[in-house]
Parts: sequence; structure tokens; C-alpha cells
Amino acid sequence: MSTLALQRAADALDLSARADAPGPPPGLPVTVRGLRKAFGETEVLAGLDLHIPAGQFVAVVGKSGCGKSTLLRLMVGLDTPSAGEVRVGSERAAARASRLMFQEPRLLPWARVVANVEVGLDPAIPAAQRREQALQALREVGLDDRAGEWPSVLSGGQKQRVALARALVSRPRFLALDEPLGALDALTRIEMQGLVERIWTAQRFTAVLVTHDVGEAVALADRILVIDAGRVALDLPVDVPRPRRRGDPGLAALEGRIIGHLFNDQGLGI
Amino acid sequence: MARHIPQGAIGWLLPVALVAVWEAASRLGEIPANVLPAPSGVVAAAVRLARTGELAQNIGVSTLRALSGFVVGGGIGLALGLANGLSSLSERVTDTTLQMIRNVPHLAMIPLVILWFGIDEEAKLFLVALGVFFPIYINTLHGIRGVDPQLVEMGRVYGMSPARLFWRVILPGALPSIFVGLRYALGIMWLTLIVAETISASSGIGYMAMQAREFLLVDVVVLSIVIYALLGKLADSVARLLERLSLQWHPAFQTR
Ligand SMILES: Nc1ncnc2c1ncn2[C@@H]1O[C@H](COP(=O)(O)OP(=O)(O)O)[C@@H](O)[C@H]1O
Ligand SMILES: [Mg+2]
Repeated sequence: MSTLALQRAADALDLSARADAPGPPPGLPVTVRGLRKAFGETEVLAGLDLHIPAGQFVAVVGKSGCGKSTLLRLMVGLDTPSAGEVRVGSERAAARASRLMFQEPRLLPWARVVANVEVGLDPAIPAAQRREQALQALREVGLDDRAGEWPSVLSGGQKQRVALARALVSRPRFLALDEPLGALDALTRIEMQGLVERIWTAQRFTAVLVTHDVGEAVALADRILVIDAGRVALDLPVDVPRPRRRGDPGLAALEGRIIGHLFNDQGLGI
Repeated sequence: MARHIPQGAIGWLLPVALVAVWEAASRLGEIPANVLPAPSGVVAAAVRLARTGELAQNIGVSTLRALSGFVVGGGIGLALGLANGLSSLSERVTDTTLQMIRNVPHLAMIPLVILWFGIDEEAKLFLVALGVFFPIYINTLHGIRGVDPQLVEMGRVYGMSPARLFWRVILPGALPSIFVGLRYALGIMWLTLIVAETISASSGIGYMAMQAREFLLVDVVVLSIVIYALLGKLADSVARLLERLSLQWHPAFQTR
């Protein structure tokens, strides 16, 4: 991803923010009450409670297999809870206003880039308008010049940016991200983090980001949740103002605290 | 030197040379004409039969048989492959039966088919349909099973209706495998037709070859073989073209 492309992406964002003057619809609050999910014998989520105010950016961290993906799938209504409930806005978790972004891009290899972004739109929208909105979303991620390509010719980071455009093209009011940057190399990941933060700043949807990178969590989120034993084990605000600088001492202290908490039962072993 | 020859032409050098050697050997009397006629003799036979209209008629009859058998057998194979790939109920009901029938070589059915249908058109249609059914069925089924479940899940998350999921995700994902089945089935289609026409027919290329054998017209026999080869090649080329057009997205078919 070139600096130029990033600059263009930033410009497109500014334009879109100005275009719909009162601003896009704000995010929806998300409420989770007594959420349980069991697969056979094993209970993955054991009565989880959580409230996310509208427009907040929450990062979820926790050890592998602690139920982070399960939580996200329940939040967007892809799975049904064993007990308890998730409310997005006033509704039960419904796919309508929510979007889920996966660790893998999951683009249709047989559809051009722009057609892949159109997957995120209601097919009832007229084709010309769908195309226009998809191109706008591609502009926001700095890939409008690749609209006519097949996904197979794009790099990993570019594919994930197309997936981001697909998730955002319908202007979701709640976006769930399941380790979307986990498979990217370190530099691409830093660029993508900047992009995600800029888009969130412009659109103000409610965001829940699952990540195994604690540095990423503290850099992006308003609030960090640590999941352990099927519950929220730690709920920390990140009070560092934006734009945040990498290596900010406040962020570093917070990162250390979270990592300490994650490992406190057996120590860091160093 | 090879640099100055167009890419496509290189592959033709060897066959052209072989035909030239064959022609020369025949002219010099090295190959007796009653064993193998010269290429020019085969061409002369083709011209002779084309003039009487026999050639076009027999090619037409054989092609029609091949295609109608293919449409019937391939259509059923595709439909069952899709049904069993999409519905586990349908699969549980029919798959075991189909796998059992698959173990019967379809050409072994010829005596039975002759008893049933005599040498009528139904006999050829039945055999060709039976022959092409399995490759299409198996490859369609495998294609659908092999569709990336992550893409199907993505389709569901993005609210695709079942019909939309089929047309946008499942069918395109299964298409490369369906094409493998299609090309394999085309080979079986010609093979079955050759055998069926040679054994029992009163028209078609195979019939033309058997008639010529009785009158020791070796040139017509060789011509029949060449025509079968050309028809087979033509069918395969058409299938490749369709494959290339519909799988443009596939890295294996991208020119750059
Ligand atoms: N569909 C499923 N069937 C059975 N077990 C599952 C299923 N999905 C997840 N699990 C189990 O639930 C636990 C949590 O999984 P997951 O939410 O994917 O963890 P995380 O995303 O935090 O790494 C794991 O132990 C996993 O094996
Ligand atoms: Mg996970």
C-alpha cells in the first residue's frame, strides 16, 4: 500500500464525512446479558454481561480458545446463545445493521473486486447505485483503482482492505472484527490499523475488535476487555487521547498491565 | 530458430512430418495400399464420399446421437450431483445405489441393451447417456462438497438468500470440478458411440467403417477413424473454450 493510496483514502474519507452533512447514522449500543454458549459438554461462555455505549471502540483480548470468536458470532446473530441475550440497538442480535469481518478476507475469487464489495449491499438496491456505493467504499480504503481486478492478483493486505470495504459499504452501525489483521505482516498491519481508526473516526459505528495483539488493542480501542473462563475478567478504559503515538508511555504501561493480567496465573516465565 | 516460429505452430511440426513420411512410404511402395492407404488416398475417399452426401449424413447422424445421449445423461448427472451435494437427505437416499451401479462397466450392458432396444436409436442414446452420467455426477458432487465453507459462511453473514448463495457462491465454486467431469464425459461419449455404432447400427460413422470393411475399402476405414479423432478433438476444444471463458477468474486461466 503506497503512501499516495493512503492519502487518497484519507481524502475520500474527509469528503464522505462532509457529504452527508449531519454525519452518518451513529453506532448502536450493544448489550449482552447473562450470555451462555456451550458446545456439548464444554461451556465456552459462562454468563457474560457487557454494555457497549453507541459508537465506542472496544478491543477484546484473551487466550486462544477462550471464546472470543464465539462471542462475536453471537453478537452479530450468526449463532444462537444457549442462554442469555444480545441486543444491538433495540433489537435482538440481527444481521441487518451489523457486519462481521473475518481473519481471512473471504472474497469470492470469481467476482471482480468491485462486485465483491457489492456483496455487502442489499441486492434490492438498483445495480448502478450499488456500483456507485461500492466504488465509494473502495475509495475509502484506497483501492478504487483496483475495482476491476480479480481478487487473486491482490496482496494479502489489499484483499483485507477489500473485505473492509465490503463490511463498510452498507454503513453498518455495529462492526465486529475477528482478528482481521492477524494474518498480515507487521508493516501492513500498522497501516491497516491507521486505516481502521480513520474510518471509525469518520463513521462512528460501534466497533468490537478481537485481537491477539495487545499493542494493537491499546492503540485502537477506547476500552479493553479481557475474557477469561467465559466471563469478562478485566474491563479497562484507554484514556490516552487520539491521535495516539506508537510507543506512548501511557499505552505501553497499559499494555504491560494487560499482558501481566493475561499471564498472572503462571507468570511470564522470563 | 525456434524463436521465429509462432508458438502454436511448433506442436504441428511433428504430425505434419509423420504424415509426409507416411505419404512418401506409401508412394515408394513400402506400405501396401491394402494395409494402409496413403494420406492422399484417405483424402480422396473423403472427397468421394462427400460428393455423394454420404459423409455429411453419417457425421450428422453420429453427432446427433452423441449430443442427445450427452444431454440426457449429463443433464441427469448434473441434476443428481447438485441435489446430492446440496441435500444430505437426497444423498442418503440415492448415493449408495449410484455408487453400486457405477461399478458396472456401461459397455458390459451392450448385449442387454441390444436385447432391449435392438439396433434402434434408443440403444445408442441409452449407452452414451449411461456412460457420461457418472463422470458428470461424481465431479459435480465433489465440486459442491469442495466449496470453501468459509465462503458459504461469509454469504450467510452477508444475508444471502439460499438461491443467491447457490448462484453466487456454490455453483461458481463447483464449476472447475464440473468442467473436469464434462471433459472426461466427452471422451467417454465418443468412445461409447464408436463401440455402439460398430456393433449395431444402420447409419453413422461406425456403420460406414463396418460397411467399408466388408468391401475391403481400407481408405474409408481409415477415414472413419480420422473423423472420430477430429470430432473428439473438436468437442474437447469447445469444452476448453467454455472452460476458459467461464473460469477467467481462476489463476490457472489468467494470462498475466
Ligand atoms: N462449532 C463449534 N463446535 C464445538 N466447539 C466449538 C465450536 N466453536 C468453537 N468451539 C470451541 O469453543 C472454544 C472457543 O472457541 P473460539 O471462540 O473460537 O475461541 P477464540 O476465538 O477465543 O480463540 C474452543 O475451545 C473451541 O474448540
Ligand atoms: Mg478466534
